[in-house]
Amino acid sequence: MAEILIKNGFVIDPTRNINGDVTDIAIKDNRIVEEVGSNAKVIDARGKVVMAGGVDIHSHVAGPKVNVGRLMRPEDKLFKSPHGQDKYRMESGFSIPSTFKTGYDYARMGYAFVMEAAMPPLHAPHVHEEIHDTPIIDQAALPVFANNWFVFEYLKNGEIDNAAAYISWILSATKGYGVKVVNPGGTAAWAWGLNCNTLYDPVPYFDITPAEIITGLIETNEYLGLPHSVHMHQNGLGTPGNYEITLESLKLAEGYKAKNTFGRDTVMHSTHIQFHSYGGDSWGNFESKAREVMDYVNKQKSISIDLGCVTLDETTTMTADGPFEHHIQNLNHLKWANTDIELETAGGVVPYVYDKNIKVCGIQWAIGLEMGLYAEDKMRTFITTDHPNAGPFIRYPRIIKWLMSKKAREEVLASFKYSDKVIDATNIHSINTELSLYEIAQMTRAGPAKALGLSHMYGGLAAGMDANVGIFDLDYTNMPADPEEIERAFTRANWFIKSGEIVVKDGDVISHGNKRTLWVNARVKENPQVIRDIHDKFLKDYTVGSDTYHVRDYLVPNPLVIDIDVEA
Amino acid sequence: MALVTLKPNTTPELYFECYNISPDTFAGKTLMEIADLDLHEGKIKAKLGDFFEITGSPGKTAEETNIRIIGDCSRMKYIGNKMTAGTITVEGDADMYVGGWMKGGKIHVIGNVDSFCGIAMEGGEIVVDGDAQNHVGSAYRGDWRGMRGGTIRIRGNAGNDIGTFMLGGTIIIEKDAFIHVSTHAEGGTVIIKGDVQGRVGGQMVKGDIYVLGKVQYMLPGFKKTASVEKEIDGLNATFTHYIGDLGERHPKSKGQQIYGNLYVLES
Ligand SMILES: [Zn+2]
Repeated sequence: MAEILIKNGFVIDPTRNINGDVTDIAIKDNRIVEEVGSNAKVIDARGKVVMAGGVDIHSHVAGPKVNVGRLMRPEDKLFKSPHGQDKYRMESGFSIPSTFKTGYDYARMGYAFVMEAAMPPLHAPHVHEEIHDTPIIDQAALPVFANNWFVFEYLKNGEIDNAAAYISWILSATKGYGVKVVNPGGTAAWAWGLNCNTLYDPVPYFDITPAEIITGLIETNEYLGLPHSVHMHQNGLGTPGNYEITLESLKLAEGYKAKNTFGRDTVMHSTHIQFHSYGGDSWGNFESKAREVMDYVNKQKSISIDLGCVTLDETTTMTADGPFEHHIQNLNHLKWANTDIELETAGGVVPYVYDKNIKVCGIQWAIGLEMGLYAEDKMRTFITTDHPNAGPFIRYPRIIKWLMSKKAREEVLASFKYSDKVIDATNIHSINTELSLYEIAQMTRAGPAKALGLSHMYGGLAAGMDANVGIFDLDYTNMPADPEEIERAFTRANWFIKSGEIVVKDGDVISHGNKRTLWVNARVKENPQVIRDIHDKFLKDYTVGSDTYHVRDYLVPNPLVIDIDVEA
Repeated sequence: MALVTLKPNTTPELYFECYNISPDTFAGKTLMEIADLDLHEGKIKAKLGDFFEITGSPGKTAEETNIRIIGDCSRMKYIGNKMTAGTITVEGDADMYVGGWMKGGKIHVIGNVDSFCGIAMEGGEIVVDGDAQNHVGSAYRGDWRGMRGGTIRIRGNAGNDIGTFMLGGTIIIEKDAFIHVSTHAEGGTVIIKGDVQGRVGGQMVKGDIYVLGKVQYMLPGFKKTASVEKEIDGLNATFTHYIGDLGERHPKSKGQQIYGNLYVLES
């Protein structure tokens, strides 16, 4: 690591309203700086686009459910794993790549930060072992809270301070980053063979409703002043007609204000919203409600979303939404893994083939893109595939191509077996919008960094920020007529510099970089009741003791801890 | 006749992945271009020409191209991988995945083959004069999409897991087989002319199995129905007919429940 000067590229940096200006970017050690000396290594970026490293706000890349997917799907590796290469580790898998392939693929696309979107607290050590095994990219993980017995009891009694003390303890015990909500109440109800199909279905035994869980967790999140907002996978995922419960859930954020010192304005991140924007009441009359949901999101400034775009691949679904995985297995009769995680959550894994010849898959593909195209504020709308649920993350460049090119979208539409039916059930055919590179940079860099409370480090190229810079083979002044060129350029960066080190050159990984794990240490005033509750519940209900529950420091050898002192 | 002859000049320490030995890749190429095709030994990439003496000339199309391999291929995998037409004759033993994912054409191995012969095959014909190891005409490990069409004939014995997840096509084992025949099958026909150890038809919902020798252990999910006359691979005989696996959910056709069929020769 030393000094690098990236000269003459078309710089796109929405954090400073820079849109294609030809300017130089200077790097010293691991930071972006105003200028460097004459001995700096010069990278000529003439005729190429220069952006900050990508930030993925939601991806399932580490931990037990990912590993169960790898174990139960050897066929995911078939013909999709390149042969070994000198100096670099074997890469295997497609929808559930090995840890090394995960790091390499993200790096080749110029991504610097990836959020593991669902960490079961009990299995946090495994999550961190896999994160540590994933080279180059910085990572963090969101522990799941919305089906947790402690949380249920505190929120039922309106004890926000106790919920906050418990969440603070879990974040520190699991080295977690924020508050993930998955099918609030529904996953816990699944232990009784039930689900929460409305926001007012009480969870058996605990008698708390999804609405109470969501608002309680928003309050707790802002009480703690965490960098990220509540990160929510709503009830009713993947079912026809679910756009109504989605709108109801989003409306729960009204009236809350973001309270934090990290520059975050939002109080709710609604994830993989494609899966939650369905009309109709059966698969027969299934249709897009992207317009209805985005009309609300566009005017509700305290919400951010990510798309969860369907990429039309054979992939693997995995979620803490246990009842949903059971439902999917009933639809496709493929392999199913299911687990209950004590007082905390559950999980399931089922392979899934998004087939161009199936009408519903075509409609799902259209919905994800429609939401991106309807979004008025790209700083609150992020590109994801809910990897690997709607498709593998290596398809981000393809989604960018579809968002940037009507021609590319029409080609896919025309290739469907039921094109006419897909066109009837969606709006994609009539949308002429084509996004700009500036908007793509908002949706993949500046936006997600801000929603995560990390805009001081990631998502931009201002002096003082982390030196994560991608250089892509696209001429800003003369964009290619063939949309395939866009996909190609974003799949393999010409150069990718991560924390000041060149890790990719000409699309090939040349270094294992220096990855870090981010976690949030939100310190609250000592809370004897919560300490006693933790002790009692571990004694009575857990299979492990509270003293063996912690993620040991050696499992997170390169930590970057974000400290918060919570004022009572 | 357009014929390319390959003579291996070594037996690899590890094994070669010969995914490029196929009429489809050879067709329309010069001998130089064929010699320049890739092959892998573990993670080391090499060229076909490094390890094979290559003579003759290929046809313009796969259909017109015939390949003859003379010598020991017992450490050469993926011969005829995904081929669609033409012929391959191996005068010696072959390693795993002979004719894997094959769509058409013919492969004749004058010797033994290792496991996964004809895996997930869609069409064409494979004849093995010797024995086969495991997974003849199976789905790939973990996959639910097995053999769809074509014919595999093993003139010797075969190992376990024959026709797993089979959807169509025919597998004939002329001598004995070990365990697990047509597991999870949803179609296709397996004929075992010798004895089979057991676990025949586990979880099958459709398709036919014929055993001309003995089934050492019958699965409990199979129910005897009647004696039937059948002509199988040129032999006319009386079989005991069983249906199963009754532990599975069986589809209906025209209101009638469909079952997997197991026919065992009556002695
Ligand atoms: Zn997810």
